[in-house]
Amino acid sequence: MSGAGSISNRPPAAQAGLTDPATTNAATTNPATPTFSAEQLAEVRRLQALYPDARGALLPVLYIAQDTFGWISLEVEEYVAGLFGLSPAHVHEVVTFYTLYFRDRPGRHVISVCHNLSCHLAGAPSIIAHLKRRLGVEVGETTEDGRVTLLSVECLCACEAAPMMQVDDRYEMNLTSAKIDRLLDGLA
Amino acid sequence: MTAEKILTRSFERPDSHTLDGYRASGGYQAWPKAQAMEPAAIVEEVKAANLRGLGGAGFPTGTKWSFIPKNHAGPVYLVINADEGEPGTFKDRYLLERDPHALIEGMLIAARAIRSATGFVYIRGEYVEPWRRFSAAVRDAYAAGYLGRGFDIVVHRGAGAYICGEETGLISSLEGKKGWPKLKPPFPAIKGAFGAPTIVNNVETICHVPHIINRGAAWFAGLGTKTQGGTRMYSVSGRVARPGVYEESVAITLRQLIYERAGGVTGNGRLKAVVPGGSSAAILTAAEIDVTMDVDGLRNAGTMAGSAGVIVMDETVSIPEALMVVARFYAHESCGQCTPCRESTGWIYKITHRIVEGRGRRADLDTILDVARRGAGTTICAFYDGAVGPYISYIEKFRSEFEALTEAAVAAAPRRVVVSHA
Ligand SMILES: Cc1cc2nc3c(=O)[nH]c(=O)nc-3n(C[C@H](O)[C@H](O)[C@H](O)COP(=O)(O)O)c2cc1C
Ligand code: SF4
Ligand code: FES
Repeated sequence: MSGAGSISNRPPAAQAGLTDPATTNAATTNPATPTFSAEQLAEVRRLQALYPDARGALLPVLYIAQDTFGWISLEVEEYVAGLFGLSPAHVHEVVTFYTLYFRDRPGRHVISVCHNLSCHLAGAPSIIAHLKRRLGVEVGETTEDGRVTLLSVECLCACEAAPMMQVDDRYEMNLTSAKIDRLLDGLA
Repeated sequence: MTAEKILTRSFERPDSHTLDGYRASGGYQAWPKAQAMEPAAIVEEVKAANLRGLGGAGFPTGTKWSFIPKNHAGPVYLVINADEGEPGTFKDRYLLERDPHALIEGMLIAARAIRSATGFVYIRGEYVEPWRRFSAAVRDAYAAGYLGRGFDIVVHRGAGAYICGEETGLISSLEGKKGWPKLKPPFPAIKGAFGAPTIVNNVETICHVPHIINRGAAWFAGLGTKTQGGTRMYSVSGRVARPGVYEESVAITLRQLIYERAGGVTGNGRLKAVVPGGSSAAILTAAEIDVTMDVDGLRNAGTMAGSAGVIVMDETVSIPEALMVVARFYAHESCGQCTPCRESTGWIYKITHRIVEGRGRRADLDTILDVARRGAGTTICAFYDGAVGPYISYIEKFRSEFEALTEAAVAAAPRRVVVSHA
């Protein structure tokens, strides 16, 4: 769903509301002076009006920012704070609280392997070891070519299909080494 | 006897998530009935049905609804908790993907009962496909005129934080803040989202409501036990032959669920332990599975029904290792507001880690028990109590397994040379 070359693991956040999204194309660099397009600004205002207090739209707007600029830098935090009349400190506090906002540039694809109990019982440690070997990175790192960031995460609530992981916005279930190899080969 | 499928009745239909599919399986027939009822009568019906919250706490739903102040003039909000994050639980994902209109119809009815004009559905950020499915259903429900005539739904995505499943943490997050739980009282029904009276209910809880209105409270109450009506969706995972979601009467026993539904134990085939209600529930031994899976049955067994996430472990599973994995989760997810929770979760994870790595000390087990017991009940939210359940029960019920590790570590440690200062 994301535009070509997207580095986000989320679909366009313009969909966070109820209407059809304006297509966003993720940038590959995070500009020093981030700015939304006129349509995006209209979408921000629409989202803000959905909540009794405009601030309720902060999480959805941060998703738009991440899809547009690639990740949430301090400059992006400041820009978003300005759209809400909030202090940059408040936005920083929010961004750093949640795991799905990237504070640095992620790879073109993000792999999040579940390491919680049911996946652990189904062999998550060897799944993670296999991914580390294949990608040549540690958990938390991005491959040198910028293709994949590898993360390990808490329960993604698909334990019936353990071991499992999330690749960008898809759940990949009942993993085996062979299935992982196929998936990795398919990632641009 | 397998219970009649209610929540999952249409899961096999490929079009179950569409408006047509929902209507074809009897959907949107309860809403006109509810529109002809007084709000108070809806509340009474749900009370009489003995519907209890299925998100974790098991609180009676009708009673919760009746806490909304009677003569409140301003807005009242209905908030749906679709932040499913309890390890071992995956039922709400199925409902959002396969029966999203049931949630919408349930929300319409619940909103009428509490006189709310706006509902928020808070879906965990990782649930992208469920969110797409549900958002599409909301658009269709607007187009069909169910929504937008006195009741609106705002779909809100979380951004990755287990604590946002706790209802006041969820409200903080919905308000555009970090997901810090709030001290109660005031309870959300008095002062909740954006300062207004708010009812927070789980997805599955609300999906039951249309069926209660359609078929009556007595029918629903009769499906369960004396103190809890209905069926619920059990998420079964771990070492079983057929992991998955099973809709059963809340009167089913844990033994039946494991052996008759989920196909029995894999691994070496012999059961060692079961977590019955998501990772925050105290663990049960193989000798303790003849319990009914309703809220009170599991409470009497010293654990909890929680989110009905059943995690099965066979004899080859290391309980200390399992506790380490669970402890890592709580250490990662503590929101950090309360000292006992923030400090103990990190500390206990470190201790369990060193025990598993063969560097445990003799005093470690009692240290964990002591730290866990002292902090319980002292924090802002129930997260820490949910961590204490596993800490204490894993060690108390499987102490010899932990001791085997700590004693081996003590025996292997290099003897300290005592230098005398002559
Ligand atoms: C740490 C913690 C996490 C929770 N996570 C969830 C959750 O993911 N989903 C949910 O519905 N309830 C969760 N709850 C329970 C909610 O606080 C609340 O009781 C529930 O949403 C109320 O809905 P119900 O009455 O329909 O069950 C959690 C509670 C705690 C203490
Ligand atoms: S108990 Fe833990 S999670 Fe709950 S508010 Fe306190 S620190 Fe946060
Ligand atoms: S434990 Fe991995 S999805 Fe739940």
